[in-house]
Amino acid sequence: MPRVIRPVPDLDDAFFWEAARDGRLVTRACAGCGRIAHPPSPMCPACGSVDWTERELSGRGTIHSWIVSRHPSQPDDAPRIVILVDLEEGIRLVSNLREVDAADVSNEMPVEVFFDEVDGFRLPQFRPAAAQEVSV
Amino acid sequence: MAASAKAAIVGIGQTEFSKNSGRSELQLAAEAVRAALADAGLSGRDVDGTVTFTQDTNDELALARAVGIEEIRWASRTPFGGGGASATVEHAAAAVISGMANVVVVYRAFNERSGHRFGQPAQQARSAGFNFYLPYGLDAPTKMYSLWFQRYMHVYGLTNADFGLYSVVARRHAATNPNAWFHGKPITLADHQNSRWIVEPILRLLDCCQESDGGVALVVTTAERARDLRQPLVTVEAATQGNVIDGDVLFNYYHPDIARFPEAEMGARILYETTGLGPADIDVAMLYENFSPVVFYQLEAYGFCKPGEARDFIADGHIDLDGTIPVNTHGGLLGEAYIHGVNNILEAVRQLRGTAANQVSDVRHVLAAAGRSAIILGRGA
Ligand SMILES: [Zn+2]
Repeated sequence: MPRVIRPVPDLDDAFFWEAARDGRLVTRACAGCGRIAHPPSPMCPACGSVDWTERELSGRGTIHSWIVSRHPSQPDDAPRIVILVDLEEGIRLVSNLREVDAADVSNEMPVEVFFDEVDGFRLPQFRPAAAQEVSV
Repeated sequence: MAASAKAAIVGIGQTEFSKNSGRSELQLAAEAVRAALADAGLSGRDVDGTVTFTQDTNDELALARAVGIEEIRWASRTPFGGGGASATVEHAAAAVISGMANVVVVYRAFNERSGHRFGQPAQQARSAGFNFYLPYGLDAPTKMYSLWFQRYMHVYGLTNADFGLYSVVARRHAATNPNAWFHGKPITLADHQNSRWIVEPILRLLDCCQESDGGVALVVTTAERARDLRQPLVTVEAATQGNVIDGDVLFNYYHPDIARFPEAEMGARILYETTGLGPADIDVAMLYENFSPVVFYQLEAYGFCKPGEARDFIADGHIDLDGTIPVNTHGGLLGEAYIHGVNNILEAVRQLRGTAANQVSDVRHVLAAAGRSAIILGRGA
């Protein structure tokens, strides 16, 4: 089990971690023009709005890039696959890939989100997408 | 900048590069600055400006007290760590050309091996900017950067052995540079492939820069004043930073195409527009490399080769001492030392003076690029 360094949420990203605790992957959508972005930012660069609404994401995407995180000392004494995911909503985020061997990982592989407690902390994680979604 | 108002680098100085300096970071800074002033034929009394990194621990006033700088008119610092290394010269040039200061010293000094080591994994939360990375295990620069590099490898079909082609060149250059930590210690590609994985399948140990103790310094004034000083004239032909919306220093994952380096492409565009020069006019290039793949990105961004061609460009010998564009002739941060990229600027000056250990013949223009900042230095008439 890897050790998870806890986030230290601030006023701009606390919503993400609160939603993750409830098993939901979300982002902010600009209340003025609907633009979404990740990581979150307090002002919309398109319209200048500082108001936003929470938007639930599909959790489906493809692997943009990936590495095996392994270190001889803490915190990653056990290897974890770290991925950069292109979500189908058009934003990118970092997470982990689970339920697959590193030898079977490839760029553009379809993945889907799930939530799991890692080192006692609930994190969004990804796994290879279910077969029917791959064949679409 | 107009030809009549150029800045010049008139002095360079450094300590030895080591793994355990045995002295304070302030002492390293003071020794490097004093050496640079002596090289220029100036003293602390002539200095009225300072530039260093935001990350440097050495207080300007403590440095002034150590080297005898009586009054400071200009004190500024550059952000973005090593990416901002060449921006120190931009700051200093802006100060002297505007008349806001007359003589500016640039310094960078640290015990990055025997003291605080940048490459160690984080053990606890940092600022909120790290929230979307640290919990998933992106806890060290090797991993943070590798998630960027892997896309480049995928798009262009490279393996880690391809990155090793650069490591071999850097160590070959260091092997004949008495100043380099790895002086007399070249490596083969087999050595590279036998070094341990740091981030599989991206980086091995011999893709990573060193951890070093040491200090370096530069003295900057106007080209006009430089003509009265003792060293051959080295001018700042152009200087810029390269920062692009949605970029990030450690987590540069959000540009549409991360097999490219938009920050370096911006730097190239501005330097070439400012000087009227192009890649064919650059005689030697210093390319910041915390990790070997960054050389590949920058060779392409600065137009020395096309996107995706850096591997063949290096394999064909173009960046060797007798190649079309010799790169990191001192051994770079892999071979000489990791003084956060500022040691690369000292080597650029030596190449233009004709005093480098691995001197290239008839050098007129040197690029010193650090990813997010870059300068072109010229040999004065
Ligand atoms: Zn908006």
